[in-house]
Amino acid sequence: MKRELLKYSIFAVCVLLAPLAFLDSYLLNVLVFVGIHTMLAVALNLLLGYAGQISLGHAAFFGLGAYLSGVLTTTYGWNPWFTMLVAAIVVGGLAFMIGFPILKLKGHYLAMATLGLGIIIFIVFNEWVEVTSGPSGFSGIPNLQLGQLIFDSDLKNYYLVWCFVLGCVLLSVNLANSRIGRALRAIHDAEVAARVVGVNARLLKVQIFALSAMISAIAGSLYAHVMTFIAPPSFGFNISVELLTMVVIGGLGSIYGSFLGALLLTLLPEFLRFMHDYDIVFYGGLLMVMTIFMPGGLVQGIPDLFRKLVGLRKGKGDSHA
Amino acid sequence: MLELQGITQIFGGVTALNDVSFSIRADEITGVIGPNGAGKTTLFNIVTGIYQQTSGRVIFEGQDISGIPAERLASLGMVRTFQNIELFGKMTVLENVMVGLHSRSSSGLFACSFKMPWALKEERRIREEALQWLEFVGIADLADVTAANLPFGRGRMLEIARAMACKPRMMLMDEPAAGLNSQETVGLAELIRKIRELGVTVVLVEHDMELVMDICDRIVVLNLGQKLAEGTPREIQDNPEVIAAYLGDDD
Repeated sequence: MKRELLKYSIFAVCVLLAPLAFLDSYLLNVLVFVGIHTMLAVALNLLLGYAGQISLGHAAFFGLGAYLSGVLTTTYGWNPWFTMLVAAIVVGGLAFMIGFPILKLKGHYLAMATLGLGIIIFIVFNEWVEVTSGPSGFSGIPNLQLGQLIFDSDLKNYYLVWCFVLGCVLLSVNLANSRIGRALRAIHDAEVAARVVGVNARLLKVQIFALSAMISAIAGSLYAHVMTFIAPPSFGFNISVELLTMVVIGGLGSIYGSFLGALLLTLLPEFLRFMHDYDIVFYGGLLMVMTIFMPGGLVQGIPDLFRKLVGLRKGKGDSHA
Repeated sequence: MLELQGITQIFGGVTALNDVSFSIRADEITGVIGPNGAGKTTLFNIVTGIYQQTSGRVIFEGQDISGIPAERLASLGMVRTFQNIELFGKMTVLENVMVGLHSRSSSGLFACSFKMPWALKEERRIREEALQWLEFVGIADLADVTAANLPFGRGRMLEIARAMACKPRMMLMDEPAAGLNSQETVGLAELIRKIRELGVTVVLVEHDMELVMDICDRIVVLNLGQKLAEGTPREIQDNPEVIAAYLGDDD
């Protein structure tokens, strides 16, 4: 428990101080998106890393949050904070209802079903032109505002988004270390045994699916207000896959791993600009190398690598002596 | 306490169980024995809600539990262990037992995420009680070991501790002595008696005849999906039909 608190404190201090290093830099803008991606990866990790249930349609929940916030605040003039709450509840409720039939499926079938869900919602964003403005995108979304403070600069948005990330990480870490987190891991390890000792596997899976969708929707609302412009490609299938890659590369079942995955996969494109469209080859290679050499993700792989290197040096020293 | 009425189970064209009826009395240790393929494990899977029987009824403490899903049986007071130990391998020994207390705790998603005071209090109670159950089966020193790394015999003890953490009134054990050495089997017999002393009715499927004859108050013999005999260990040992089923018939 104390170790968790220490880890979280270090994480929080780093997050709060990071902008000092990047003031006036475009990287600050990138870090805002690292924050949004971290929320999404943490949400997906609760489902995939803890409960062991895959989703290839999580970008849809992200998109629903973004479009609900965008459309309701811009077209209908709703209060943005209130809308964010409404979006989270509506998307969470929707996921809860879809969850009951969909989470009966396992493995590849669940992947296909969530993939289908993602595609259906993507088509709605594209085709329901009267409401979403379709492929040309939806613009003019207001920035969030807190009293006199308008979140209209990179620095302000950084702190806005990362406050949400810190909250989301804290709640997720708490949940993971509670009876619910234990029950989820138990379902992941041996579902029949978990049910026999009284874990309602089906209900828990659906609950965590809904919670995961809610967090994704909040990330979507933030995205809409930060960008002030949203378009369907930001919520397509490839985004779902990117989120999945972040979770796997960071480490399944590790909340901080999801942050590392999000950081790596959000920063990399900035450094791979010179590769133009070929950067996808790099991601594919990275995923392959990672799953072969670091199946536990960065969060396990880096300490392992470090131990191996230290061990190697010690081993050499011994043989010389 | 538990009453089976005309249980029949048909898989495809194969009749695994044919009109099996018997009852189990409270506070006794009952053994279910029979040659391989007699339908013992199938019977367990039906009673514990993992299979749905083709026909017949299962009555537990006066309530028809046919068709009730496995996860609800734990809170009704019935729990089981598995032939090939089913542990949560990536979790620690203590965490495994803590999952056993899941059905007897209630903090929800939000209370847990926000660390509400009552959720923390409950978490402390879960941890303390889980430790007591580890002491009960004698593996408290292994609390922080990852379950997958346990030797087989210890894994069996852990599975029993986890089942006891549900505070069951009836425990069904599927071949608890399988894979144990003779010394561990003696320890197991003692443990099963200790469990009965806590007021838990024990039913076990077992191949180890010495163990069965030693600890069981009553024995039910299954053969080819049918009940062959029922009685005290002595009656069963002297039953010519049982001897024929096990050793082959002279005719």
